[in-house]
Amino acid sequence: MMRIAILGFGSVGRGIARAILAKNLDITVTGLADSKSGIIDPAGIDLLAALDRKGNGGPCGSPDVSPADVVAKADYDVLVEVTPTNVEDGEPALGHIRGALGRQKHVVTSNKGPIALAYPELRALAEANGVFLRYEATVCGAIPLIHAMQEGLAGNTISRLYGVFNGTCNYILTRMAAEGLTYEQALAEARELGYAEADPTYDVEGIDAAIKLVILANTILDMQTTLDDVERTGITLLTPDALRLAEEQDCTIRLIGEIVREAGVLRVSPRIVAKAHPLVVEGTLNAVTVETDLAGDLTFIGKGAGSTETASAVIGDLLYIRERHVQGS
Amino acid sequence: MKLEMKDRPGQLVAALQPISAVGGNIIAVIHQRETPAATEALDVQIVLELPEGRLPKLLDLLREQGVSVVRIGEERLLYECTLIVIGHLMHTDLSDTVDRIDRTGSAEVTELSLAMPAINSPSSARIIIRSTTRAEMKKAIRILRGVAEQKDLLIIEPLEDA
Repeated sequence: MMRIAILGFGSVGRGIARAILAKNLDITVTGLADSKSGIIDPAGIDLLAALDRKGNGGPCGSPDVSPADVVAKADYDVLVEVTPTNVEDGEPALGHIRGALGRQKHVVTSNKGPIALAYPELRALAEANGVFLRYEATVCGAIPLIHAMQEGLAGNTISRLYGVFNGTCNYILTRMAAEGLTYEQALAEARELGYAEADPTYDVEGIDAAIKLVILANTILDMQTTLDDVERTGITLLTPDALRLAEEQDCTIRLIGEIVREAGVLRVSPRIVAKAHPLVVEGTLNAVTVETDLAGDLTFIGKGAGSTETASAVIGDLLYIRERHVQGS
Repeated sequence: MKLEMKDRPGQLVAALQPISAVGGNIIAVIHQRETPAATEALDVQIVLELPEGRLPKLLDLLREQGVSVVRIGEERLLYECTLIVIGHLMHTDLSDTVDRIDRTGSAEVTELSLAMPAINSPSSARIIIRSTTRAEMKKAIRILRGVAEQKDLLIIEPLEDA
């Protein structure tokens, strides 16, 4: 049996709770916190009741228990850190991750901030404490991209990597191309469907995609980059005419994130792509092509966001850790 | 170019070998056997890239091998790249934008499709640039990026290189 503590009870946290309830994963949740409350129960928290409380607009636990209390006091094997991303300083998640690693607890996170900002330090801390730090859910939701590159493609040299890293932009561009909508119209539609936030800057200016590139560059490609190293152009200035001009040549426009390792290039920008190209996916899907020396080109396509889909990546990391470490401990 | 050679084993290899000897790159070989059998000659069409100025040397070498060249069709601007530009293209002197690439001498804007929106909205154009070499294409795109920064235009580049 594996004991976990979950920080963050939004879309991803609840997705994980529902998956644990629905499937026989042999995972017990001994700590749980949202931004305003927390619970610690070594015997196992009643997740159904916590989901109910949250579903009724309440806090998940008691206001007397803080996330920091859960990190420091709960009895768990793995801290699951799934609070929203802060790209400025990664806090408070960064502190919580440090705290758990310092207690010799494994950490699984979906939070891009700490991984993009402080991966070398966190990895060293994990190693010093003999525990794992896993972050599959930070890039492209359900697609097991990091796992594939670290494990499946272990002997390969990856020279270039490029793809669609942001589902919101992909939805907007898909709709502009299909219906001749303006950017503003397509964005309004994406908001209505819950694909875009009230303030969509983070997505449409390419910041989200850029952070994902930094994570891949720093953690997989042995580069040392920051968000400022990414050349970045968003999709806000695109016109329906531009999409039509691309269409006339059997092409379309997609927001593409690209890393060219040797040239040290990290860039997010709208690009002209042949419609027959495997990266041209519809709606909110993500797609990434990896160019390698031994395996050739591989393209991964899947859901880049969503409660259950992101939970899938987190649970994959948890079971990875259990297979290798926790079992029998 | 279209070559004519004797229909004997080894002739095709003899015709191809000089191409790499002068630093050329073979793109396609089209081999036609239905030429008049009586002539005992074979028609082969070869599409190739050749560094500037190497053609006379190649023709000499082919002649030495007993291969006669029937026809040469030359395409100077071999590389093509399609880009889309968005912004106030007319107000920022579109012909100057095009001219800055044409002035390189080794890359040209060969096609331009302009969509004119409502007055004062940004317009969109698709431009096709052709160049003699890949390096010249990269240079042309760099020039265009510089112009775009100066004139506040958005350039959408293709995913794949020229």
